[in-house]
Amino acid sequence: MSVNFFLDNPDLQFRLEQLDLREVLELKEKGYSEAADYPTAPRNYADAKDDHRIVLEVLGEVCGERVAPRAAEADEEGARFENGTVTYAAATLDAIEALRQAELFGAMLGREYGGLNLPESVYSMMVEMVARAESGLMTVYGLQEIASSIEEYGDEETKARVLPRFARGEVSGAMVLTEADAGSDLGAVGTKARYDEATGRWYLSGVKRFITNGLADVSLVLARSEEGSTDARGLSLFLVERDETVKIRRIEHKMGLRASPTCEIQYDDTPAILIGKRRFGLMRYAMNLMNGARLAVAAQGLGIAEGAYREADRYARERIQFGKPIRNLPAVARLLLSMRVDIEATRALLAETGRWVDLWKVYERAVGEGGDEVDAAMRARHKQAQALAETLTPMIKFWATEMGNRVCYQAMQVHGGVGYMQEFAIERLFRDVRITNIYEGTSQLQVVAAIGKLLNHSLDPLLAEWSAADYPDDVAAEKATLDELTGLLGEAIDALKAQDQRERVDYYAVDLVEMAALVTSGWLVLRDTIVAEGKKPVARAYVASLAPKVRAAHEVVTRADAAPLEAFPVLLA
Amino acid sequence: MTGPGPIDSVVLVKQVPDTHNVTSDAMTRDGTMNRNALPAIFNPEDLNALEMALQIRERHGGTVTVVTMGPPKAANILRDSLWRGADRVILLTDRRFAGADTLATSIALQKAVEKIGRYDLILAGRQAIDGDTAQVGPQTAEKLGIPQVTYVESVLEIADGRITAVRALDHGTEVVRCTLPCLLTVVGSANTPRPPSARRRMAQKLAATPAEYPSLLAAWPEFGTQEALAAYVRERDLEIPVWSADDIGAEAATIGLAGSPTQVHKVNFVVLESTETRTVEPTPDAIAAMVSELVHEYIVG
Repeated sequence: MSVNFFLDNPDLQFRLEQLDLREVLELKEKGYSEAADYPTAPRNYADAKDDHRIVLEVLGEVCGERVAPRAAEADEEGARFENGTVTYAAATLDAIEALRQAELFGAMLGREYGGLNLPESVYSMMVEMVARAESGLMTVYGLQEIASSIEEYGDEETKARVLPRFARGEVSGAMVLTEADAGSDLGAVGTKARYDEATGRWYLSGVKRFITNGLADVSLVLARSEEGSTDARGLSLFLVERDETVKIRRIEHKMGLRASPTCEIQYDDTPAILIGKRRFGLMRYAMNLMNGARLAVAAQGLGIAEGAYREADRYARERIQFGKPIRNLPAVARLLLSMRVDIEATRALLAETGRWVDLWKVYERAVGEGGDEVDAAMRARHKQAQALAETLTPMIKFWATEMGNRVCYQAMQVHGGVGYMQEFAIERLFRDVRITNIYEGTSQLQVVAAIGKLLNHSLDPLLAEWSAADYPDDVAAEKATLDELTGLLGEAIDALKAQDQRERVDYYAVDLVEMAALVTSGWLVLRDTIVAEGKKPVARAYVASLAPKVRAAHEVVTRADAAPLEAFPVLLA
Repeated sequence: MTGPGPIDSVVLVKQVPDTHNVTSDAMTRDGTMNRNALPAIFNPEDLNALEMALQIRERHGGTVTVVTMGPPKAANILRDSLWRGADRVILLTDRRFAGADTLATSIALQKAVEKIGRYDLILAGRQAIDGDTAQVGPQTAEKLGIPQVTYVESVLEIADGRITAVRALDHGTEVVRCTLPCLLTVVGSANTPRPPSARRRMAQKLAATPAEYPSLLAAWPEFGTQEALAAYVRERDLEIPVWSADDIGAEAATIGLAGSPTQVHKVNFVVLESTETRTVEPTPDAIAAMVSELVHEYIVG
């Protein structure tokens, strides 16, 4: 039988089944009205869910049969730079060809451009599988956000020209934001955009750095359109179709993700098209782009973790020490169990995040198009979805990528010495996962992005809803624990909110975000026990492990001890 | 080089038990195959033949028609063929086809191809992984009275009514030229079969033979009745045509068990029951002794 990364993963299949997209799809599919015009459009909800399954099954086969077997080769050969030209590894090119043959590009684009009109929540499952197969490839396949941003903010002519090529997989995209002196602080971007009155066009000049998949044919570039400005309000977003004025100066030699070329790009009076409105480049469009990318990177962290767990699990079954497979040793079993449970809990949180992002997007559009006919209920739902999407997105980016790092660390530990050697896949996964909690905003920046909303109790409606649900009797103890922990989370939020010293809030924000992620994912795993008997051991193990962590974090946050802050200027003077 | 017109291909495929992943209950005590124990898959080299036909279509235009003879469940590989890009598929199924040897199979396929009518190329996998005879392709060519090129690894050119192909042989390759129409049997090293397309699978998920309508209706109850479902399927050209022996004009005596002169003389049922293991000490002498014993017993070398 062929290897299929969807069919061999019961938890991923469970997540897809449980993913309730009724509300999302009713709006996204415009009452399922496209079936008459497009053969791939669903006739109803069940048909749409079946489509999602088909897409994941087809992608699962490509990942298992074509991509994963050549992952080590893709890493070893890596992307190359010669005479100003970047070339993917042969294995990467074959993987792209297979994805093209399977017609899996244009996942989220509308059907009018040849896309599949898939929701973000399903797309992030696709990204997870691609990352499990070859995490470098994820940066080629997983940058479909760029096409979505063009669809959302571009002009009709540009969309009609560019988007069908994305949908056919003929072009790939890049998100060109970072510069040498503008990394986390993108407001400092210096690449210049000049408007030429004579031609009525924009031209870009400057140097961009650390550009993932910078060889892309179509890029979205952040540049300074307002001469004399110095902050984010002077930046606009531009679309560049690569031509001879775009020079790739070098690619980086990286620790991991070697199949993915990270480029330094020079623009020299490069013609560009303004996307959306001037001055909103960073604050609206790039932020939106990054939010999508953050979900994708969370899925990448999760996918690498899944791969690492499977490597560790297999090794622990095969490796005999003390006369038995090492998985029978409690110390090793503990590592494996922790990995497995963390992965399932994170997958639940990612799916829930994706659902709220989807809800936000469909209501954003409905409210925008509805004009005066939008009722108060719809506005309220839109607002709620936005608040939850904006809380959960940075939270899952932080959570899933830190989890991915932890799981790879544990998986290498299970391997012992051989895991440190290049012959074993975990060595590659360990290198690859390390970037996930750095790029698209470090974990520290995700905390900054999440904390404001969290302090406004943005999760409360969800937590209340989950607490009010009916759970099986034999997980009543876990339910009671989660109620207690939810109370602690509320206290911690109020304590930090009442804190009048800003630096203490900043210092302890990470503990609060961790607490929130633990409590939220705990509820999600418990909720799974309502429909799946097999989830009960997962829920019990997970709640048992997270409860003391939440209690400890509660103590840390509510005390908000000044000692570390006072020690800083003394110790690190 | 004169550009040829579009090339119409017919691909002969077979659903087979997955003998590459044999489990312990794959054989019954009387030496026949336990077909329920092994999953039914698309014969691997038939996928290479389909891929070659699709690549020829991409280069020259034309159509790809896929035909299989088998039980009703063989419709599965026809759907798979549609999802990978076939234009049209046909299922030959009839109780009277059952028990066919390679001769009776090739006669049924010949009749089916003749019913299809126009074609430039027929492609088939080199051999099926259940019988491993590699005879059906060549026999079908003989019955049709057309030339054949076996063991094809690649097609170099199709021009002026002729095809130039590379044959993969044991000790090298051979380039041959042949007039069209002809039949090719394709080896596994020819290409990497493309995956099914997600979009085609979504658009053609309801492709089915009429016999499958009841189960399809169970899966998609919103159609209400089989008639409504059938109308929907036909309207979208998704009905998989089913041809019986009568449809292709095959005489009863030439097909199925009746048309099969092959007699199985004897089946040897080999049971490996030895559970004995031996531990060889990791010393040069002990290893040398083991190798020498294996060579002496004709196990290796």
